[in-house]
Amino acid sequence: MADFQVPEYREYPGAPIPLQEGATAHLKPFLAKPNHQEQLGFPGELVENWEEKAIAKMGDLLNRYRSLRVYMDACVKCGSCTDKCHYFQGTADPKNMPVARQDLMRSVYRRYFTLAGKYFPKLVGARDMTREVLDEWYSYFHQCSQCRRCSVFCPYGIDTAEISMAAREIMDSIGYGQKYCNEILGKLQTIGNNLGLPGKALESTLGEFEEEIEEDTGLPVKIPIDKVGADILLITPSADFFAEPHIDGLMGYAKVFHEAGVNWTLSSYASEAANFSMFIGSYDNLKVVAERIRKAALDLGVKRIIVGECGHAWRVAYSFWNTTAGIGSGGDEPYAQALQKQLDHNYPIPQHICEFIWDLIQKGKLRFDKSQTDWRTVTFHDSCNVARGSRMGNYPGGQFDIPRNVIKAVCNNYYDMDPDTIKEKTYCCGGGGGLLTDDLMEIRVKGALPRMEALNEVVKDHGVTHLAAICAICKAQFAKILPYYKFPMDMIVSTHQLVSEALVMTGSTQEEELDEE
Amino acid sequence: MALNINGKELETDEEGYLLNLNEWTRDAAVELAKSESVEMTESHWEVIDFLREYYDEYQIAPAVRVLTKAIGKKLGKEKGNSKYLYELFPYGPAKQACKIAGLPKPTGCI
Repeated sequence: MADFQVPEYREYPGAPIPLQEGATAHLKPFLAKPNHQEQLGFPGELVENWEEKAIAKMGDLLNRYRSLRVYMDACVKCGSCTDKCHYFQGTADPKNMPVARQDLMRSVYRRYFTLAGKYFPKLVGARDMTREVLDEWYSYFHQCSQCRRCSVFCPYGIDTAEISMAAREIMDSIGYGQKYCNEILGKLQTIGNNLGLPGKALESTLGEFEEEIEEDTGLPVKIPIDKVGADILLITPSADFFAEPHIDGLMGYAKVFHEAGVNWTLSSYASEAANFSMFIGSYDNLKVVAERIRKAALDLGVKRIIVGECGHAWRVAYSFWNTTAGIGSGGDEPYAQALQKQLDHNYPIPQHICEFIWDLIQKGKLRFDKSQTDWRTVTFHDSCNVARGSRMGNYPGGQFDIPRNVIKAVCNNYYDMDPDTIKEKTYCCGGGGGLLTDDLMEIRVKGALPRMEALNEVVKDHGVTHLAAICAICKAQFAKILPYYKFPMDMIVSTHQLVSEALVMTGSTQEEELDEE
Repeated sequence: MALNINGKELETDEEGYLLNLNEWTRDAAVELAKSESVEMTESHWEVIDFLREYYDEYQIAPAVRVLTKAIGKKLGKEKGNSKYLYELFPYGPAKQACKIAGLPKPTGCI
């Protein structure tokens, strides 16, 4: 099945890991082609004087983000982060220790931006920006999923994700970008989504899903697109239109919207929640993509914006849409202000789909038949960017409770995994941060080890049969890597797939059957 | 990288997907399938033909669900499920079948 060894489960979680130097030094994703680079405003290929230009870009970022300079200066090598990274645990490569990953950049920072490093480089571990360093950056900054688990354990709060984003931005700026992220961002900016799914194909696909829901429920549930005058714009990852089990989640949202009687729509112009600009640290591209959503919201005249099951998109929506596009408070351009006036401030802006449905559940507006999901025993995988990069509801930790509350409202059998592997300490699925590509399959499989160990435990102890997620990347990653760990690929489910299964819609065949009993 | 079909060089990307959709032939499909350790049968061709027709109309490969439904309608319910498609294309119908059909690789969180 694989040309690499799938890691064995350890004797117990946190068992010491015998180091294997250079174990994954051979891994590097495909380079972006010149056209992928140029469409994002980056040079097509490695520029002349790239060493100088990389250092100049680093200087620019250090001035722009004070956090980056603090992270470069603050580390005291306490060792707290060393074994917290899933990629380190799965590969045993010491360069995958978070501190070592940071040091890839810190060593160069010291050489060019500190007095000691300028005059006594060897004494302070400072390195010149050389080809060898660049190759090491390209390899190991693409073995970080920017999940921020290590930062939870760092006494100084050093965020390796931000360092890895900065490193990728520096590499992009000298013409040395990654194909997966950059090709996709180009499609998003020209066609409207990561898949490159044109409007006509999208409409036809949604039609098929409507047909499927009607066959199942007997109700003409619609998945509207480009509906001017709708109240709610749903922004969801395009994988929801294409992949399994994502599609079942999308049909779940459609059924909930129908049952709630709200007037909603998708947009073909902004048919993507994902914004990989965050993975490559590009604020400029992040803003361009966020503005597509603003334009769609203004053109359609919607009052609310709801975000579907997508992990990093929710972080972007929650933390960056406000200042980049005026979705939420902030943004002082005329378009941002126009949107502010248009949106209904009685609702959270933006709102997560889980917040939306949890509100309906609390108000008793949805009817469920939990026996429909009794064949499943479910656990929940917290997605990194939701868990550590954002929030839901109006209190700290809402992002942990609300998805679980939703699942428990529709499933009788629910068990959490080991507390050290969930909520703020959740492990990445192994495919986040722009690593969800076939050319990085080895690191994806190995990095999934800690999550698979925790899953295996609840499978053994509680008979868990399904793993629910609220992120398109997590779902695609698990569907791919579960079989490497001898679990079935359809063990991963969308959270709204569970909702859909238990929902008893008014006037549906399910309602009729239930009331006859 | 390139694929040699009847003396003609067809250019492919790093992962072996054809760069030029129009250069695809049935012979090329057989070669592409070999590189994936897939032996082409009647059942494989049914899927490949459907994919190419769909792409012609929509400029993208169909979602797996759309593919399974279409196969089910055309070839009978017992074939209209993803298990059947995974038996034909073990690495996943979306990516592996697209490659053999000469279509670009689907991208995104899939």
